[in-house]
Amino acid sequence: MFHWLEKNPFFFAVGVFLVIAFAGLVEILPNFAEASRPVAGLRPYTVLELAGKEVYKKDNCIACHSQLIRPFKAETDRYGQYSLSGEYAYDRPFLWGSKRTGPDLHRVGNYRTTEWHENHMWDPTSVVPGSIMPAYKHQFTNIADIATAYAEAVTVKNAFHTPYGDDIQPGKKAFEAYKPKVLAEAKKIAAQMKNKDVKDAVAAGKIPEVVALIAYLNSLGTSRYDAKSK
Amino acid sequence: MQSNAALEYDYTVAKLYTYTAILFGFVGMLIGTLIAAQLAFPELNYLLGEYGTFSRLRPLHTNVVIYGFTVSGIFATFYYLAQRVLKVSMAESKFIMFMGKLQFALYLVAATAMVITELMGYTQSKEYAQMEWPLDLLIVVIWVIWGIVMFALIGIRREKALYISMWYFIACFLGVAMLYLFNNMAIPTYFAAGGVGSIMHSVSMYSGTNDALVQWWWGHNAVAFVFTVPIVGMIYYFLPKESGQAVYSYKLSLLSFWGLMFVYLWAGSHHLLWSTVPDWMQTMGSIFSVVLILPSWGSAINMLLTMKGEWNQLTENPLIKFMVLASTFYMLSTLEGPIQAIKSVNAIAHFTDWIPGHVHDGVLGWVAFMIMAGLFHMAPRMFKREIYSKSLIEAQFWLQTTAVVLYFTSMWIAGITQGMMWRAVDEYGNLMYSFIDTVTVLHPYYAIRALSGVLFLTGFVMFAYNMIKTMTSSKVLTEEPQFKSPMA
Repeated sequence: MFHWLEKNPFFFAVGVFLVIAFAGLVEILPNFAEASRPVAGLRPYTVLELAGKEVYKKDNCIACHSQLIRPFKAETDRYGQYSLSGEYAYDRPFLWGSKRTGPDLHRVGNYRTTEWHENHMWDPTSVVPGSIMPAYKHQFTNIADIATAYAEAVTVKNAFHTPYGDDIQPGKKAFEAYKPKVLAEAKKIAAQMKNKDVKDAVAAGKIPEVVALIAYLNSLGTSRYDAKSK
Repeated sequence: MQSNAALEYDYTVAKLYTYTAILFGFVGMLIGTLIAAQLAFPELNYLLGEYGTFSRLRPLHTNVVIYGFTVSGIFATFYYLAQRVLKVSMAESKFIMFMGKLQFALYLVAATAMVITELMGYTQSKEYAQMEWPLDLLIVVIWVIWGIVMFALIGIRREKALYISMWYFIACFLGVAMLYLFNNMAIPTYFAAGGVGSIMHSVSMYSGTNDALVQWWWGHNAVAFVFTVPIVGMIYYFLPKESGQAVYSYKLSLLSFWGLMFVYLWAGSHHLLWSTVPDWMQTMGSIFSVVLILPSWGSAINMLLTMKGEWNQLTENPLIKFMVLASTFYMLSTLEGPIQAIKSVNAIAHFTDWIPGHVHDGVLGWVAFMIMAGLFHMAPRMFKREIYSKSLIEAQFWLQTTAVVLYFTSMWIAGITQGMMWRAVDEYGNLMYSFIDTVTVLHPYYAIRALSGVLFLTGFVMFAYNMIKTMTSSKVLTEEPQFKSPMA
């Protein structure tokens, strides 16, 4: 049979394809629907948090930080309750990471504050002596892309029925109408910050990346489905 | 059998990809060395402002060495050896020639765009699949053109039976196509939201645990179909050619090939052990990872036994050295991987530096060694000149071997140290170390790893210099060497 296959490239290719496709079908499909279900009461990310997630992606925090607490005592002692599948239901993409050069962040919102993050992003060693994380000062001046975050909310609402409200609608007009809500959320965070440039920008209606990022980091943890945790 | 005495192979496209392999190899390893040094000396994060942080550069390093260096190497060797094992010349068909050149032109555009967009921070944040949707589409076009060239060459072949190397290249084409398409399924938000926001942005069709499964089905098997399958295809061609020895066992190559095809895909979930992926999938990933030793070692042993009775060549020919060491590192790496995939070992190893350590004994010791040996073998045949310097190859070999050993030993120690410290508890059951303790302790190992990067990069510069000299000013050959590559 193998000799014959080697002389008939088409059937050879079909054979190879069947052999390699098999595993994916068996391992990925059976659990697909179940793994898409959220934990009870989970709310989707706000538009500001989504913009913060884009900053997290852009500056590629997953190079060093995981968002996956494994079910070991050493991990639950350090980071809190181990991660549940349903907590990730609105994570597109998943941001588990594969390397912990820095600590896990899946529940960072439960135990760090806006103020801590502001100091940390400006100069990591000011709050963690010995840290090898670079400072991300550019996040204090770069303006977050709220329009793209809004577009993402619209997309996941329409394509995957992520439960956003009726005020999330396609089109530029709907976005302009929604913008003040994002700014209001940003103002709450900026009020707890001390950087003058950030405060001025937010007062002028612009949202620096660091504000969005902090909104996102604060949302990580159990507060998105359990009001008591914060 | 037709006579192939008059057949003049056309290496235009193979040469073009040889140039990009050298270029991207240098760039990718330079970035790699820089980010390795950043972990030991964080001040180095501020050389290029926003664009020079470890986090921004790390995916650029992986993408340039994978899609720049390795994929160039794969295409260069493909366009060289496919003609020879199929006994057809690219020049025989204007169409094939055009498609080959078109593929290279598009590849160059895509690779350049990849570097620029990733520096700017456009990313899907899926490892080894960072590129955003416009680039994904371009890559699909490039891949399809490669498939057309491959099957067009096969269509007009004179040698009826496909040589082992071709099996692997066909598998590389199919496997990457399937995995790439499924993993990159995403919706561009600009269109879905009625013209709001950035046109580059897209959102994954899968969420959370599902996204993780699909991503590591891709991530693990990108390793399979980019770092393993075509590289095995290369060694099956270049080792027998360079040594003048026939492949040791046809049956073993059959077993290894079909075994690898069947087993590899199952093992993807070993990247997700102890995660929220169902337990049975984790166990499957774990078990199949161990089974994977068989076909991997099958190929490696087949290659080592090909040298049976001719081990003296190891001392005489540095290219044989590269290839024999490559298959040895392949064995090391494919034993180490399954060990890390055992759940109890993984509990310590996962998230630590042992993982990049494992990756690099494979990609440096196996992939890069094999590609460089292949390109060295091709050079006298493509450029009709002897290799510029044998002693330079020898020096490069020892320098780079030292580099690889320093890399994985330092990362083994770093990884296991960190994994053990994370879980260490005192007599009352409290955690003994704060996280930062487990970072600062790694400084010496990070420094050693940075040094290993400098050594490997230096070796690569020697390789590049040797190749460029071979292309331009080495002694001209009057006839094609049969086996051992001539070198001064």
